[in-house]
Amino acid sequence: MTTATRRDILRAGAALGVLLMVRPARATPVEMRVAIEAFTKGAPVSSGKVDLVLPPLVENGNSVPVTVNVAHWMRPDDHVKAVALFNEKNPQPNVAIFHLSHRAGRATVSTRIRLGDSQKIVAIAQLSDGTFWSDEAEVIVTLPACAES
Amino acid sequence: MARTLINVPATAKRGEVVEIKALISHPMETGFRTGSDGALIPRDIIHRFACTYNGEEVFSADLFPAITANPFITFTTVAEESGEIALSWTDDQGNTQTETAKITVGQDPVE
Repeated sequence: MTTATRRDILRAGAALGVLLMVRPARATPVEMRVAIEAFTKGAPVSSGKVDLVLPPLVENGNSVPVTVNVAHWMRPDDHVKAVALFNEKNPQPNVAIFHLSHRAGRATVSTRIRLGDSQKIVAIAQLSDGTFWSDEAEVIVTLPACAES
Repeated sequence: MARTLINVPATAKRGEVVEIKALISHPMETGFRTGSDGALIPRDIIHRFACTYNGEEVFSADLFPAITANPFITFTTVAEESGEIALSWTDDQGNTQTETAKITVGQDPVE
């Protein structure tokens, strides 16, 4: 009969620690890619047309102003259909999906978002012809949201 | 009923692109925070926001917990005819609220 020695117990404890470390409670660049693929349904994304306006350095991650402009006309047969925002280090990769129609007149959307860490933000626009265009921005956050919990 | 600020221009030229702003008082609880007893506070966010212009939907948004408390959303629409712009949103508790604003569209240029 074998009994667990002190050495075995320490080893098991260390392994448990590693297990806990590999699953942090935040999205990862991989999860962001999965979320983007769910939005584009696997279609290729080109860079251009989209302008993501975001301050490069923010003091308070609880409220970060974001504006997305898409340089594309809004005609009934050819317009921007949707604009989506993604992040890589918040607990979830999705931020928002805005659905536009040609009656928007101009593809410009602004809102305020929470950022849990300094990270990369990606904006993707879907045009009515099925193509996807993107822009990305790096943000440095000095006081992240969810810092208190 | 959440307190809200809706900004829609009262008058516009026909064909003019007008900007609509909405500021909604809502905690937008993420579902990732813990309360004083250590238990997770259940998620309560506005997950759907839509704007109709005389009954036709011109803008909508799917929101996630990364949107700030008291969400602020700005977007544009083309002033086509006089009528009513209605903004409505639904939160996780199933509450739906609708706010409306009147817009008068004139043929003549508006000062």
